[in-house]
Amino acid sequence: MHELAVTESILEIATQEAAARAASKVTDIYLSLGQLSSIVDESVQFYWDVISQGTLAEGAQLHFTHIPARLRCKDCGTEFDLTEELTPCPSCQSIALEIIQGEEFQVDAIEILDEVINDPKS
Amino acid sequence: MTQKVEVVRKILDSNDRLAAGNQARLDDMNVFSLNLMASPGAGKTSLILQTLSHLPPEIKVGVVEGDTAPVTIDADKIAEQGAPVVQINTGGQCHLDAVLLELGLNQLPLEDLNLVIVENVGNLICPASFKLGTHANVLVASIPEGDDKPYKYPNIYRGLDVLVINKIDLLPYLDFRMDYFKQGVEMLNPGLQIFEVSCKTGEGIPAWIDWLKAHIPAKAQAAKE
Repeated sequence: MHELAVTESILEIATQEAAARAASKVTDIYLSLGQLSSIVDESVQFYWDVISQGTLAEGAQLHFTHIPARLRCKDCGTEFDLTEELTPCPSCQSIALEIIQGEEFQVDAIEILDEVINDPKS
Repeated sequence: MTQKVEVVRKILDSNDRLAAGNQARLDDMNVFSLNLMASPGAGKTSLILQTLSHLPPEIKVGVVEGDTAPVTIDADKIAEQGAPVVQINTGGQCHLDAVLLELGLNQLPLEDLNLVIVENVGNLICPASFKLGTHANVLVASIPEGDDKPYKYPNIYRGLDVLVINKIDLLPYLDFRMDYFKQGVEMLNPGLQIFEVSCKTGEGIPAWIDWLKAHIPAKAQAAKE
Protein backbone atom coordinates (compact mmCIF):
# COMPACT_ATOMS: atom_id res chain seq x y z
CA MET A 1 0.00 0.00 0.00
CA HIS A 2 2.01 2.93 -1.24
CA GLU A 3 -0.92 4.71 -2.81
CA LEU A 4 -0.71 7.64 -0.40
CA ALA A 5 2.85 8.45 -1.46
CA VAL A 6 1.86 8.03 -5.09
CA THR A 7 -1.18 10.28 -4.70
CA GLU A 8 0.93 12.95 -3.04
CA SER A 9 3.29 12.87 -6.01
CA ILE A 10 0.39 13.21 -8.46
CA LEU A 11 -0.86 16.24 -6.51
CA GLU A 12 2.61 17.78 -6.50
CA ILE A 13 2.97 17.39 -10.27
CA ALA A 14 -0.54 18.73 -10.98
CA THR A 15 -0.19 21.79 -8.78
CA GLN A 16 3.34 22.57 -10.02
CA GLU A 17 2.31 22.34 -13.66
CA ALA A 18 -0.84 24.41 -13.06
CA ALA A 19 1.06 27.10 -11.16
CA ALA A 20 3.69 27.28 -13.90
CA ARG A 21 0.89 28.13 -16.31
CA ALA A 22 -0.81 30.57 -13.90
CA ALA A 23 -3.95 28.43 -13.94
CA SER A 24 -6.61 29.05 -11.33
CA LYS A 25 -7.79 25.46 -11.14
CA VAL A 26 -7.03 21.93 -12.26
CA THR A 27 -10.21 20.21 -13.41
CA ASP A 28 -8.90 16.88 -14.75
CA ILE A 29 -5.80 14.74 -14.47
CA TYR A 30 -4.94 11.99 -16.95
CA LEU A 31 -2.80 9.14 -15.71
CA SER A 32 -1.25 6.12 -17.42
CA LEU A 33 -0.75 3.14 -15.16
CA GLY A 34 0.88 0.00 -16.45
CA GLN A 35 -0.37 -3.32 -15.16
CA LEU A 36 2.99 -3.95 -13.50
CA SER A 37 2.83 -0.77 -11.43
CA SER A 38 0.64 -2.40 -8.72
CA ILE A 39 -1.59 0.58 -8.05
CA VAL A 40 -5.26 0.42 -7.04
CA ASP A 41 -7.41 3.19 -8.55
CA GLU A 42 -9.90 3.23 -5.71
CA SER A 43 -7.16 3.87 -3.16
CA VAL A 44 -5.65 6.69 -5.17
CA GLN A 45 -9.12 8.24 -5.57
CA PHE A 46 -9.78 7.87 -1.84
CA TYR A 47 -6.55 9.63 -0.87
CA TRP A 48 -7.06 12.19 -3.62
CA ASP A 49 -10.38 13.36 -2.22
CA VAL A 50 -8.67 13.99 1.12
CA ILE A 51 -5.30 15.47 0.20
CA SER A 52 -6.38 17.67 -2.72
CA GLN A 53 -8.62 19.76 -0.47
CA GLY A 54 -7.59 23.39 -0.35
CA THR A 55 -5.26 23.08 -3.35
CA LEU A 56 -5.53 24.23 -6.97
CA ALA A 57 -6.46 20.68 -7.83
CA GLU A 58 -9.24 20.22 -5.29
CA GLY A 59 -12.01 18.07 -6.73
CA ALA A 60 -10.19 17.42 -10.01
CA GLN A 61 -11.40 14.34 -11.86
CA LEU A 62 -8.81 11.57 -12.09
CA HIS A 63 -8.80 9.61 -15.35
CA PHE A 64 -6.96 6.30 -15.23
CA THR A 65 -5.72 4.64 -18.40
CA HIS A 66 -4.66 1.08 -17.69
CA ILE A 67 -2.04 -0.39 -19.92
CA PRO A 68 -1.82 -4.17 -20.04
CA ALA A 69 1.56 -5.82 -19.67
CA ARG A 70 2.80 -7.06 -23.04
CA LEU A 71 5.79 -9.27 -23.80
CA ARG A 72 7.77 -10.03 -26.92
CA CYS A 73 9.64 -13.25 -27.54
CA LYS A 74 13.25 -12.50 -28.44
CA ASP A 75 13.52 -15.78 -30.36
CA CYS A 76 10.45 -15.82 -32.61
CA GLY A 77 9.06 -12.28 -32.21
CA THR A 78 5.62 -13.35 -30.98
CA GLU A 79 3.95 -10.68 -28.84
CA PHE A 80 1.51 -11.64 -26.11
CA ASP A 81 -0.29 -10.03 -23.18
CA LEU A 82 0.39 -11.04 -19.61
CA THR A 83 -3.09 -12.06 -18.56
CA GLU A 84 -2.65 -14.51 -15.74
CA GLU A 85 0.59 -16.21 -14.76
CA LEU A 86 3.78 -15.29 -16.56
CA THR A 87 4.47 -18.07 -19.09
CA PRO A 88 7.10 -18.86 -21.71
CA CYS A 89 6.38 -17.79 -25.30
CA PRO A 90 3.08 -19.40 -26.40
CA SER A 91 4.49 -20.04 -29.91
CA CYS A 92 7.97 -21.44 -29.30
CA GLN A 93 8.19 -21.91 -25.49
CA SER A 94 11.26 -19.69 -25.27
CA ILE A 95 11.90 -17.93 -21.97
CA ALA A 96 13.93 -15.18 -23.65
CA LEU A 97 11.30 -12.48 -23.29
CA GLU A 98 11.23 -8.74 -23.03
CA ILE A 99 8.54 -6.62 -21.46
CA ILE A 100 7.55 -4.03 -24.02
CA GLN A 101 4.60 -2.45 -22.25
CA GLY A 102 2.96 -2.33 -18.85
CA GLU A 103 5.48 -0.48 -16.70
CA GLU A 104 4.09 3.00 -17.41
CA PHE A 105 3.55 5.14 -14.37
CA GLN A 106 3.01 8.72 -15.36
CA VAL A 107 0.89 11.85 -15.48
CA ASP A 108 0.11 12.36 -19.17
CA ALA A 109 -1.86 15.60 -19.10
CA ILE A 110 -3.85 17.97 -16.94
CA GLU A 111 -6.84 20.09 -17.80
CA ILE A 112 -6.68 23.60 -16.35
CA LEU A 113 -8.87 26.68 -16.11
CA ASP A 114 -7.86 30.26 -17.02
CA GLU A 115 -4.59 29.60 -18.72
CA VAL A 116 -2.81 32.88 -19.19
CA ILE A 117 -1.08 32.97 -22.55
CA ASN A 118 2.12 35.06 -22.55
CA ASP A 119 0.72 38.45 -23.43
CA PRO A 120 3.26 41.22 -24.05
CA LYS A 121 0.67 43.82 -22.91
CA SER A 122 0.33 42.36 -19.44
CA MET B 1 -12.56 27.68 -20.66
CA THR B 2 -10.48 24.73 -19.77
CA GLN B 3 -7.41 23.71 -21.65
CA LYS B 4 -5.77 20.31 -21.72
CA VAL B 5 -2.01 20.48 -21.52
CA GLU B 6 0.43 17.64 -22.04
CA VAL B 7 2.60 17.07 -19.01
CA VAL B 8 4.10 13.58 -19.35
CA ARG B 9 5.97 13.28 -16.09
CA LYS B 10 6.78 10.11 -14.22
CA ILE B 11 4.68 10.05 -11.09
CA LEU B 12 7.67 9.40 -8.86
CA ASP B 13 9.77 11.98 -10.63
CA SER B 14 10.72 13.96 -7.53
CA ASN B 15 11.72 10.81 -5.63
CA ASP B 16 13.88 9.77 -8.60
CA ARG B 17 15.65 13.14 -8.55
CA LEU B 18 16.39 12.88 -4.85
CA ALA B 19 17.63 9.33 -5.43
CA ALA B 20 20.07 10.61 -8.05
CA GLY B 21 21.31 13.11 -5.45
CA ASN B 22 21.89 10.33 -2.93
CA GLN B 23 23.90 8.37 -5.48
CA ALA B 24 26.04 11.38 -6.39
CA ARG B 25 26.78 11.89 -2.71
CA LEU B 26 27.82 8.25 -2.25
CA ASP B 27 29.93 8.38 -5.41
CA ASP B 28 31.73 11.49 -4.13
CA MET B 29 32.74 9.51 -1.06
CA ASN B 30 33.63 6.36 -3.05
CA VAL B 31 31.02 4.40 -1.14
CA PHE B 32 29.29 1.42 -2.77
CA SER B 33 25.71 0.86 -1.63
CA LEU B 34 23.06 -1.85 -1.60
CA ASN B 35 19.29 -1.64 -1.32
CA LEU B 36 18.40 -4.92 0.34
CA MET B 37 14.79 -5.90 -0.23
CA ALA B 38 12.79 -8.99 0.75
CA SER B 39 9.57 -10.18 2.29
CA PRO B 40 9.56 -10.25 6.10
CA GLY B 41 11.60 -13.15 7.42
CA ALA B 42 13.53 -13.94 4.23
CA GLY B 43 16.85 -13.20 5.92
CA LYS B 44 17.84 -9.61 5.17
CA THR B 45 19.32 -9.04 8.60
CA SER B 46 20.96 -12.48 8.59
CA LEU B 47 22.60 -11.70 5.25
CA ILE B 48 23.88 -8.39 6.64
CA LEU B 49 25.32 -10.15 9.68
CA GLN B 50 27.01 -12.79 7.49
CA THR B 51 28.35 -10.06 5.24
CA LEU B 52 29.77 -8.10 8.17
CA SER B 53 31.53 -11.15 9.55
CA HIS B 54 32.99 -12.24 6.18
CA LEU B 55 34.24 -8.93 4.80
CA PRO B 56 37.86 -8.14 5.62
CA PRO B 57 38.25 -5.62 8.46
CA GLU B 58 39.62 -2.90 6.18
CA ILE B 59 36.24 -2.66 4.45
CA LYS B 60 34.14 -0.41 6.64
CA VAL B 61 30.40 -0.91 6.45
CA GLY B 62 27.52 1.30 7.56
CA VAL B 63 23.95 0.07 7.76
CA VAL B 64 20.64 1.89 7.39
CA GLU B 65 17.81 -0.09 8.93
CA GLY B 66 14.33 0.67 7.62
CA ASP B 67 11.57 -0.40 9.94
CA THR B 68 7.90 0.42 10.08
CA ALA B 69 7.91 0.65 13.86
CA PRO B 70 10.45 1.93 16.40
CA VAL B 71 11.65 -1.59 17.18
CA THR B 72 15.45 -1.81 17.27
CA ILE B 73 15.82 -5.63 17.18
CA ASP B 74 17.61 -5.61 13.81
CA ALA B 75 19.67 -2.50 14.51
CA ASP B 76 20.82 -3.91 17.84
CA LYS B 77 22.10 -7.12 16.23
CA ILE B 78 24.13 -5.11 13.74
CA ALA B 79 25.47 -2.68 16.32
CA GLU B 80 26.72 -5.70 18.29
CA GLN B 81 29.03 -6.44 15.35
CA GLY B 82 30.48 -2.95 15.64
CA ALA B 83 29.10 -1.45 12.44
CA PRO B 84 27.65 2.06 12.53
CA VAL B 85 23.91 1.61 12.16
CA VAL B 86 21.11 4.10 11.72
CA GLN B 87 17.52 3.14 12.34
CA ILE B 88 14.97 4.85 10.10
CA ASN B 89 11.44 4.49 11.32
CA THR B 90 9.03 4.92 8.41
CA GLY B 91 6.08 5.55 10.72
CA GLY B 92 4.07 2.71 9.24
CA GLN B 93 4.95 3.47 5.64
CA CYS B 94 5.59 0.26 3.72
CA HIS B 95 8.88 1.24 2.04
CA LEU B 96 11.89 3.50 2.27
CA ASP B 97 12.14 6.36 -0.20
CA ALA B 98 14.91 8.67 -1.29
CA VAL B 99 14.08 11.30 1.36
CA LEU B 100 14.31 8.77 4.17
CA LEU B 101 17.60 7.43 2.85
CA GLU B 102 18.98 10.95 2.70
CA LEU B 103 18.13 11.35 6.39
CA GLY B 104 19.83 8.05 7.10
CA LEU B 105 22.98 8.96 5.19
CA ASN B 106 23.17 12.22 7.15
CA GLN B 107 23.75 10.17 10.28
CA LEU B 108 26.49 7.91 8.90
CA PRO B 109 30.22 8.74 8.79
CA LEU B 110 30.36 8.33 4.99
CA GLU B 111 33.92 9.63 4.78
CA ASP B 112 35.07 6.57 6.75
CA LEU B 113 32.93 3.97 4.96
CA ASN B 114 33.41 1.75 1.91
CA LEU B 115 29.96 0.19 1.81
CA VAL B 116 26.47 1.21 2.91
CA ILE B 117 23.84 -1.50 3.18
CA VAL B 118 20.26 -0.28 3.33
CA GLU B 119 17.81 -2.77 4.75
CA ASN B 120 14.47 -1.85 3.23
CA VAL B 121 11.11 -2.59 4.84
CA GLY B 122 10.07 -6.23 4.48
CA ASN B 123 7.67 -6.10 1.55
CA LEU B 124 7.72 -7.33 -2.06
CA ILE B 125 5.51 -4.65 -3.57
CA CYS B 126 6.19 -1.10 -2.47
CA PRO B 127 10.00 -0.96 -2.28
CA ALA B 128 10.13 -1.93 -5.98
CA SER B 129 8.68 1.43 -7.01
CA PHE B 130 10.83 3.78 -4.96
CA LYS B 131 14.40 4.30 -6.04
CA LEU B 132 16.77 5.14 -3.21
CA GLY B 133 19.87 6.04 -5.16
CA THR B 134 21.80 2.96 -4.08
CA HIS B 135 24.11 1.29 -6.60
CA ALA B 136 22.59 -2.17 -6.59
CA ASN B 137 19.11 -3.48 -5.86
CA VAL B 138 19.39 -6.81 -4.12
CA LEU B 139 16.49 -9.11 -3.33
CA VAL B 140 16.74 -11.83 -0.72
CA ALA B 141 14.28 -14.59 -1.66
CA SER B 142 14.03 -17.60 0.62
CA ILE B 143 13.07 -21.20 -0.01
CA PRO B 144 10.13 -21.35 2.48
CA GLU B 145 8.40 -18.45 0.69
CA GLY B 146 7.70 -20.75 -2.25
CA ASP B 147 8.84 -20.96 -5.85
CA ASP B 148 6.01 -18.85 -7.29
CA LYS B 149 7.17 -15.46 -6.07
CA PRO B 150 8.62 -14.16 -9.38
CA TYR B 151 5.26 -14.93 -10.96
CA LYS B 152 3.29 -13.19 -8.23
CA TYR B 153 5.56 -10.17 -7.71
CA PRO B 154 7.05 -9.51 -11.14
CA ASN B 155 7.71 -5.83 -10.53
CA ILE B 156 10.32 -6.31 -7.82
CA TYR B 157 12.23 -8.88 -9.93
CA ARG B 158 12.34 -6.46 -12.87
CA GLY B 159 14.48 -3.88 -11.11
CA LEU B 160 17.06 -6.20 -9.53
CA ASP B 161 20.80 -6.27 -10.00
CA VAL B 162 21.37 -9.27 -7.74
CA LEU B 163 19.17 -12.05 -6.37
CA VAL B 164 20.24 -13.91 -3.25
CA ILE B 165 18.31 -17.14 -2.69
CA ASN B 166 18.56 -17.84 1.03
CA LYS B 167 17.83 -20.88 3.21
CA ILE B 168 18.96 -23.40 0.61
CA ASP B 169 19.68 -25.76 3.52
CA LEU B 170 15.89 -26.25 3.66
CA LEU B 171 15.57 -27.48 0.06
CA PRO B 172 15.43 -31.18 1.05
CA TYR B 173 12.44 -30.53 3.29
CA LEU B 174 10.27 -28.32 1.07
CA ASP B 175 8.62 -28.61 -2.36
CA PHE B 176 10.54 -25.77 -3.93
CA ARG B 177 11.07 -26.22 -7.68
CA MET B 178 14.30 -24.32 -8.31
CA ASP B 179 13.92 -24.68 -12.11
CA TYR B 180 10.45 -23.17 -12.08
CA PHE B 181 11.58 -20.35 -9.79
CA LYS B 182 14.62 -19.52 -11.91
CA GLN B 183 12.61 -19.70 -15.13
CA GLY B 184 10.32 -16.97 -13.79
CA VAL B 185 13.33 -14.87 -12.82
CA GLU B 186 14.94 -15.34 -16.24
CA MET B 187 11.77 -14.27 -18.07
CA LEU B 188 11.60 -11.05 -16.04
CA ASN B 189 15.27 -10.22 -15.69
CA PRO B 190 17.46 -12.09 -18.18
CA GLY B 191 20.95 -12.96 -17.00
CA LEU B 192 20.35 -11.74 -13.44
CA GLN B 193 23.26 -12.43 -11.08
CA ILE B 194 22.06 -15.08 -8.62
CA PHE B 195 23.68 -16.40 -5.44
CA GLU B 196 22.33 -19.44 -3.62
CA VAL B 197 23.18 -19.24 0.06
CA SER B 198 22.32 -20.37 3.53
CA CYS B 199 22.86 -17.67 6.11
CA LYS B 200 22.44 -20.42 8.72
CA THR B 201 25.22 -22.74 7.51
CA GLY B 202 27.29 -20.16 5.63
CA GLU B 203 27.05 -22.13 2.39
CA GLY B 204 27.40 -19.92 -0.69
CA ILE B 205 28.33 -16.82 1.29
CA PRO B 206 31.94 -16.63 -0.05
CA ALA B 207 30.71 -16.18 -3.65
CA TRP B 208 28.45 -13.32 -2.53
CA ILE B 209 31.33 -11.73 -0.64
CA ASP B 210 33.60 -12.01 -3.70
CA TRP B 211 30.98 -10.25 -5.84
CA LEU B 212 30.63 -7.52 -3.23
CA LYS B 213 34.38 -6.98 -2.86
CA ALA B 214 34.72 -6.67 -6.63
CA HIS B 215 32.21 -3.80 -6.58
CA ILE B 216 33.57 -1.80 -3.66
CA PRO B 217 35.81 0.94 -5.03
CA ALA B 218 39.12 1.72 -3.45
CA LYS B 219 38.75 4.66 -1.12
CA ALA B 220 40.40 7.56 -2.88
CA GLN B 221 42.57 9.74 -0.71
CA ALA B 222 40.92 12.78 -2.20
CA ALA B 223 37.59 11.83 -0.68
CA LYS B 224 39.11 11.59 2.77
CA GLU B 225 40.86 14.92 2.69
